[in-house]
Formats: sequence, C-alpha cells, structure tokens
Amino acid sequence: MKHDDLNHELRDVKGNRLIVRYTPNERTNHWITAITFVLLALSGLAMFHPAMSFLYFVLGGGQWTRILHPFVGVVMFLSFLILMLRFWHHNYLDKDDMQWMKQVGDVLNNREDRLPEIGRYNAGQKVLFFVMVACLLLLLVSGIVIWRRYFSFYFPIGIIRLASVVHAIAAWLLIIGIVVHIYAAIWVKGSVGAMVRGTVTYGWARKHHPRWFREIIGK
Amino acid sequence: MALQSLDIKRVSATTTPTPQVRDPVTGTVAKLIDVSKCIGCKACQTACMEWNDLRDEVGDSIGVYDNPRDLTEHSWTVMRFTEYENPAGDLEWLIRKDGCMHCEDPGCLKACPSPGAIVQYTNGIVDFHEENCIGCGYCVTGCPFNVPRISKQDHRAYKCTLCSDRVAVGQEPACVKTCPTGAIMFGTKEDMKAQAEDRIEDLKERGFKNAGLYDPAGVGGTHVMYVLHHADKPTLYHGLPENPSISPLVSLWKGLAKPLALAGVAVAALAGFFHYTRVGPNEVTEEDELVAAREADEAKHGRNEERS
Repeated sequence: MKHDDLNHELRDVKGNRLIVRYTPNERTNHWITAITFVLLALSGLAMFHPAMSFLYFVLGGGQWTRILHPFVGVVMFLSFLILMLRFWHHNYLDKDDMQWMKQVGDVLNNREDRLPEIGRYNAGQKVLFFVMVACLLLLLVSGIVIWRRYFSFYFPIGIIRLASVVHAIAAWLLIIGIVVHIYAAIWVKGSVGAMVRGTVTYGWARKHHPRWFREIIGK
Repeated sequence: MALQSLDIKRVSATTTPTPQVRDPVTGTVAKLIDVSKCIGCKACQTACMEWNDLRDEVGDSIGVYDNPRDLTEHSWTVMRFTEYENPAGDLEWLIRKDGCMHCEDPGCLKACPSPGAIVQYTNGIVDFHEENCIGCGYCVTGCPFNVPRISKQDHRAYKCTLCSDRVAVGQEPACVKTCPTGAIMFGTKEDMKAQAEDRIEDLKERGFKNAGLYDPAGVGGTHVMYVLHHADKPTLYHGLPENPSISPLVSLWKGLAKPLALAGVAVAALAGFFHYTRVGPNEVTEEDELVAAREADEAKHGRNEERS
C-alpha cells in the first residue's frame, strides 16, 4: 500500500484526508457494467410487461431492442466478470458478517457504533455481490437459450420456456438488488464519491469500514 | 369504426380492453378439417401460396411425401403424412393439414411483448401483424402447437392468417375454396361442430369406433378443428398433441409474474425513499474526520517509534 506516501497529498476541498478506495480502472470497469445494466434493465422491462413497453425507446424501438439487448448483455457479462474477479477475494463472509446480519435493525437505523468492526465490505455488500454473481451467470446462460437469432434453434422448446422464466426471475432479482445498491449509495453519504472520484475520507472509512481503515493506516 | 368483421377482441402486450360494444351475434368462425376425407393432394398448400403471394424454396425429397418438410415463413400450411399400421395389421395413411390452430386462448398472443403484433378478432381468428413484430420469438415459445416461424429475411414471425382478409369480406379461406374433396370446410364454429357430428356418426358406422372431433379444451377450443378417425390417439397424426395447453412456465412468465415483479421493484424503490425520509442519510461528521485523522497520526507515530 502506498497510502502512507499519499496521506499528505490527497485531500478534499474541505481539507479532509482521503484514501483511494477504487482505482481508475476499477471505476471504469464498474461504470461500464452500470451503464450496460441500465440499458438492459430498461429494455428488458419493456419486453417483460406491457406497462413498461414505452421503454422500447431506450434502445431505439422494438426491433432494435430485440437486436441490441443480447449484445449489450454480453458486454455487461464480460465487464461484470472482470469486476467479479477483481473483488471476489474481498467478499468472503466471516463470523462478524453473521453478527452484522443479525443486527440489521441497527444498520438500518444508522447505529453503526453497535456493529462488529467491518472490513472493506459489510455483510450486505458481500451478500449482494454473490447475488449479482448468481444472477449474471443465470442471465447469461438463459439469455443464450432465448437468443432467437443465433442460438434458440439448438434447444428444445421445454428448455426455451424454462430459460425464459429463469431469465425473467434472475433479471428481477438483479434489478431489486441494484435498487438496494443504488439506494445504499445515496443513503450512506460519501459512497458515490468512492466510485466517481475513487476516494473516501478518513472519517468515512473509519465510520463505515473501521477494520479496513485500520489496515490502511497500518495500526 | 373499421371493418366490423375485423373487430379486435384481444391485442398482444396491451393491458386495457379493446372496443367491445359490437359482439358478433352469430358467434365465431371455424375451419373444420376432415382428415378422413383428405387425399393428400396438397391443393390447399398451393392455394395458400397463391392467395398469400408466398413462394417457398423448392425443397428436396426426404423419402416421404411431406414437402416442404416443415412449416416455414413461406409455407403456412403443410400436409403431414403418417403411415400407421392399425391393430388389425392394415396400413392407414393418416394425412393431416398442419398449420395454425387459431386457439381461443392463444399462447402466442399471451407471450408476445410487442403491442399490437398479435391480435385476436372477435370472429376468433388469431392474426400476426408483422409490421408491429419485433422478432423476439416469444410467440414460438408460447405456442402449444409449434406453428409460428421467424423469417430469416426480415426476422418477423409468420403463420396462417385463416385468410382473415378473405373472411373479412365474407369469403372462405383459400384452402377451403380449393379443396377438391370437401375435406376442409368453413363456417360458424357452431355449424362446423354440427357438421363434424354428422361426419363422426358416419365414421363410427364404418367401423371407426373412436372417431371424434379435435377441439382441445386446454386452449379454450380452437378455430381450426379436425375430424379424426382415431380421436382417442391424436398423436398418431404426426404428433398432434393430446391435451395441448399453454405451458405452465409460459403462464407463470407472462401471467402472475408480471404484475408481482413490477410491484416488487416499485416496493423496493419506495422502501428506499421512505427509509430516507424517515431515518435519513448516514453522514460523516467533522468530528468523525478529526478522530480518524488523529488515529492515523497516532498509528504513524507509533510505527516511527518502533523503527527508531
């Protein structure tokens, strides 16, 4: 870690010291995944429920949605795959995480001082990580089966029907997960900056991820 | 209003009701295909091509009479030839005119995600409006009879229209008009059922004990019906399904799951909004920053001392 050398250089406009939480490559990787997700979720919802069919405009109409959605999906999967490999080792669940989940009431009511010391990621983030991994895998596999133009004719109708349902359920779960993910970023102030600018303040790290903070400052 | 004979009862991917004031008093229409009268001449295939301006590629022989081998976007009806050896040891040549069954409860329409790409007229005909088709193939997934075909040319779905354009102006479908043995008949569904009853009685007298009408209840009945000599074993006729219905997976996917899933997403978003307005954001105070900075300095100091 080079943070020691940077301690006296990285400060925000208020003069708070900053820690690099995400590198430019990690941020780019995250935002490619995020942008493709938004395009896919909106265009997918258009095909899922008539009440959402106005969203066909997102990818340029019904025909273009049918053409582009799967390709954008492949981009999202590949981008997410790299993201997953980058962050996999940060997301092992431990005993403290179980305790964190038992105290989810304290989490939701901003009583973080009562929680066990959290490392780089909390249990909620870790669980969400693995939910996303599972959903992305299911979406890829089922998506290939229902990709009518290139692949569907390799599969029997029963498998195509199953894949259609699996694709819808996995997409739904992922959308709910991302709603939670986005809300958590809005709720815990300073989180959006971590992914946009790459940095968090010392205070942020110590408050939300104390164990990670101590690792960084080398205590 | 538009042509009364093309009044629409159901539209794909549409949640509001269609105009319903006009209701055909004579009921719906149906095509009755009497398999026992079919001689396999394929005049119906030709008539279909002619009327609909369709020309399929000339295929190749695979040792059976089926030609083309399968339904395609250019062949909306195909004669299926089955050689069946009955228990008495005699050969029966079962020839079934395959094509869209025009289900009363159409799986294609249920699955279709494109508003107005599939409609069901009040006369019972299920029609694809290709100009609205996006080519996703969900109709293929939804169909219990494996009928719709996606064109490799324009990537839109095609199938038998039951000559909705002809029926709209009081004519019978082209295949019905051309059938030289009168095996294909057309009229109101009620009349066709009565007609079928006569035929079934006749067939029974001739020794086909299990003769009957194929009008499967699992899809709410169909607007293309068959008179079969072996109605107890429809699968004999090139795999005509015994109890066709919309797959439970399709019903789940395009039924219950749709409103529940949308509600779930809305609830998740609203839960976030109300959490924010009730509990409020989780913020880092200036004091937090000061404590953190002090801890960092202490840690650094401690390390420096260890080194010296």
